[in-house]
Amino acid sequence: MELHMEYYLVISTIMLFAGIYGFITRRNLLAVLISIELILNSVDINFAVFNRYLFPEQMEGFFFTLFAIGVSACETAVAIAIIINIYRNIRNIQVKNLSEMKH
Amino acid sequence: MSTAELQETVFCILAAAIAVFSILTVTTNRILRSATYLLFVLFATAGIYFQLEYSFLGAVQLTIYAGGIIILYVFSILLTTVDKTKVSKLKNSKMFAGLITALAGAAICVYITLTHSFGPSRFVGGEINMKVIGTALMGTEKYQYLLPFEVISVLLLTCIIGGIMIARKR
Repeated sequence: MELHMEYYLVISTIMLFAGIYGFITRRNLLAVLISIELILNSVDINFAVFNRYLFPEQMEGFFFTLFAIGVSACETAVAIAIIINIYRNIRNIQVKNLSEMKH
Repeated sequence: MSTAELQETVFCILAAAIAVFSILTVTTNRILRSATYLLFVLFATAGIYFQLEYSFLGAVQLTIYAGGIIILYVFSILLTTVDKTKVSKLKNSKMFAGLITALAGAAICVYITLTHSFGPSRFVGGEINMKVIGTALMGTEKYQYLLPFEVISVLLLTCIIGGIMIARKR
């Protein structure tokens, strides 16, 4: 058995669709955010694998992964700030209780 | 055990860990456990980066994701936990619809991945030198990334300010 590129891609596909399943079915804002994190992470794996196997002398996928990690850190920070603010206002972070925006 | 066999064994372990823990992340009922399983998935992903010989990327993954983001998650989970937060149950039909969507999408994507020919692909080893990464991050010529680097720094600043503005007490 040799390690083909497709093995990595199948693994990241499993991770991606686990994230999509969680995004659809979860009803807690933080759980939804965790699912989004899974999706982003699987895409990062794809970038690194494509770079290593298809274009080994270039570095585009590498840097795209690097910047994607940075952007996802930003996104998480702001989303958690919003979630904590929601929790202060309605004492709950279940999606079904969010019917109106405050202010 | 030869190096190739070792690589395959490590890959099998990492792949199994990613598959099992990412499914557990979205199916477990307790949100804190979900965050812990996410941490394991991120560790395994860092292992995959190390195996692809992108050690810098693996280190970034470990420090930013495992060190920073998971801590943020755990703190916010503990802050927003109402007595024994269990993820509220969904109607069975909706759960089933989500499951069907995910399984169908995964089947289609795996099928396309396995049948599509990507052209000549081979594993070419070799770490990227840190000096090369540094000059590529700091240069302004073609295939160099100073502009996105600066934009990311502005984005981080914006996120700090935005986070403070949103989360502060009024």
